[in-house]
Amino acid sequence: MIRTPLRPLARILAARAHGTDPDVIEAENLRQRNDVRRDDLRRRAEGRLFVLVLCFVAAFTTVGVRMAALASSDPQEPRLAAAGEAIVATRADITDRNGRLLATNLDTHSLYAQPRHLVDPSRAARELATVFPDLDAAALERRFTDGRKFLWIKKKLSPEQMQAVHDIGEPGLLFGPREMRLYPNGRLAAHVLGGASFGREGVHSAEVIGTAGIEKAFDAYLRDPGLGGAPLVTSLDLRVQAATRTVLAGGMELLNAKGASAVLMDVQTGEILSLVSLPDFDPNDRPRPLARGDQSDSPLFNRALQGVYELGSVFKIFTAAQALELGLANENTVLDTSGPMRISGFPIREFRNKDFGAISVGEIIVVSSNRGTARLALQIGAARQKAFLGKFGFLVPTELEVVEAPTGRPLYPERWQELSTVTISYGHGISTSPVHLAAGYASLVNGGTRVRPTLLRQPGPQQGERLISEATSDAVRRMLRAVVTDGTASFAEVPGYAVGGKTGTADKPRPAGGGYYDDKVISTFASFFPADAPRYVLVVTFDEPQETSGTEPRRTAGWTAVPVASEITRRIAPLLGLRPHVEAAPWPALTPAASRVAE
Amino acid sequence: MRGFVLIPSILAVLGLAFWAYQENYRTQAAQQRAETLARDIGALRERLALMEAEWAYLNRPLRLAELAELNFDRLKLQPFAPTQFGKLEEIAYPPDPTELIVDGIVEARGTLTDGVDPAGDWP
Repeated sequence: MIRTPLRPLARILAARAHGTDPDVIEAENLRQRNDVRRDDLRRRAEGRLFVLVLCFVAAFTTVGVRMAALASSDPQEPRLAAAGEAIVATRADITDRNGRLLATNLDTHSLYAQPRHLVDPSRAARELATVFPDLDAAALERRFTDGRKFLWIKKKLSPEQMQAVHDIGEPGLLFGPREMRLYPNGRLAAHVLGGASFGREGVHSAEVIGTAGIEKAFDAYLRDPGLGGAPLVTSLDLRVQAATRTVLAGGMELLNAKGASAVLMDVQTGEILSLVSLPDFDPNDRPRPLARGDQSDSPLFNRALQGVYELGSVFKIFTAAQALELGLANENTVLDTSGPMRISGFPIREFRNKDFGAISVGEIIVVSSNRGTARLALQIGAARQKAFLGKFGFLVPTELEVVEAPTGRPLYPERWQELSTVTISYGHGISTSPVHLAAGYASLVNGGTRVRPTLLRQPGPQQGERLISEATSDAVRRMLRAVVTDGTASFAEVPGYAVGGKTGTADKPRPAGGGYYDDKVISTFASFFPADAPRYVLVVTFDEPQETSGTEPRRTAGWTAVPVASEITRRIAPLLGLRPHVEAAPWPALTPAASRVAE
Repeated sequence: MRGFVLIPSILAVLGLAFWAYQENYRTQAAQQRAETLARDIGALRERLALMEAEWAYLNRPLRLAELAELNFDRLKLQPFAPTQFGKLEEIAYPPDPTELIVDGIVEARGTLTDGVDPAGDWP
């Protein structure tokens, strides 16, 4: 570029000659040069801005076009993600602790009709009525011809039924895929599983929702697609559940009982290995709740969890344990249990008006003395008794993971007076469920720490707060073991397994209020085994049992719940892997070789 | 001079375009295969679930108990009982196999060392 000099000699000289200021010329030239430079810089900056604008326009156009494309196109699964960990859209399975299926899904079909595509509605209705005997041909034909465009006929079809409908050959009868919930074990564990039904239904699919039990409590979890097909593992053991149910059902029949329940619980982990309530139902075909009458008579009613009963003498051990824990007595402290005894004008009697005289605390438990526990309870007092039972969870519903758990709310007197203290000490005036009782016994015998019942498999023992000392727990175990060896539960002995436990026979209260029935009882046996190092607690309860092998009907737990619990223990202990402690026959005496030579 | 740069560049662009074209089709083929496989896996999963459900149904404890009862004459199956636990000491150890061999030789030849030089070289 040819630079213009700032002070061109010719003009300077001319200016000097004219006597004007030559600096003006220089300033003028400098201004011109700066103008040129300014224009140049501006052009360059404008160019850069333009490029930048182009970039932004391109970027925003790309984003906009992509958004419009996403918004207007049909949703599509990512094509390559399918190969990885699949998102499983089906409801998760439920298994027992060993992975055996308790609930799974089965693909089936639903049947619907589009009446305007039907060739011959009356023939279709007739044929359908022969395939499905529960359908009425006339009603179906009326619905086919009343102008509607769409009609559900069946929610679930078996493959045979589907083929039969195919064979009708009507283009207006159509099938939609359906996923149904299947409980392969039928009635086993029905109360725990609950049941499932269809929620919102479409032609191509229907959502399966839990209607009761663990299915409803874990509904959101089971439907979570992110599980990747992992099942919900419960604490139940299918084999134990089957054995328990078989024995309990047999016992219920022999004893002419109205209902029965059994709860088996691990004393360390709180896992419920078996929970049976009879009568039960088939969750594949869940019956409707009773339209009238007492819901507790329905097979849907979970007696082990929802049924709160006055369980009777099984509570005596809690009174004894508290007296030991407070240092008011020890196992060998002798108390006078002779009558008469009146609390607030109410006579406290023994079973069949017996009189046991002066006996020790241990013997009070063994012979199940009402007056003995009453005396202990009077020493303990109402406030401390209520607090103690509260710590064992007897005053609130259990937190079991089924939707019915909150309905098993214990009943106890609002004003816990002296008479309540006395009656509650032997299990009257407080109503709890068998699951409560099992959890209470587990906390008593496991060394004295609180365990909460759970239906999910646990990785290890619960670290609950301490309720009673180890020494008290040991004493409780000895006293309960003595009930079986010397007391009211002599039928509970199972060869090889040392069983400890306590019987309870409580008269049933009349529903309308006003006293108790003379001939209807709730008999309970709460037991644990092995007695020296307890692993499991088993609570067996019968509703209105009656043992009729003798001359007069026997209803006490020792004759009803105890033999059944004993048979359950005999059946399930080997299944639980417990080795029986058998007194081994002595080995033939060995004769030292030297002595034989000497002979 | 300019041609020396331009011609190889054009050739390179042509080559790359050809390669990209091929890669594109190979990717599409692989994707289709992956989709087919995913569909197959899904179908197999469904079949597996069905079979597991059937297995669970056929092996439900109440049915097995019924079958055991029906076939009691042949199988004599009974519920697991505490008496079936054994002790290690109660199991008879199998006889020592070397002893069997030795017994066989003794039976055949009368004595083990007969005709064998005990001090002879071992192989």
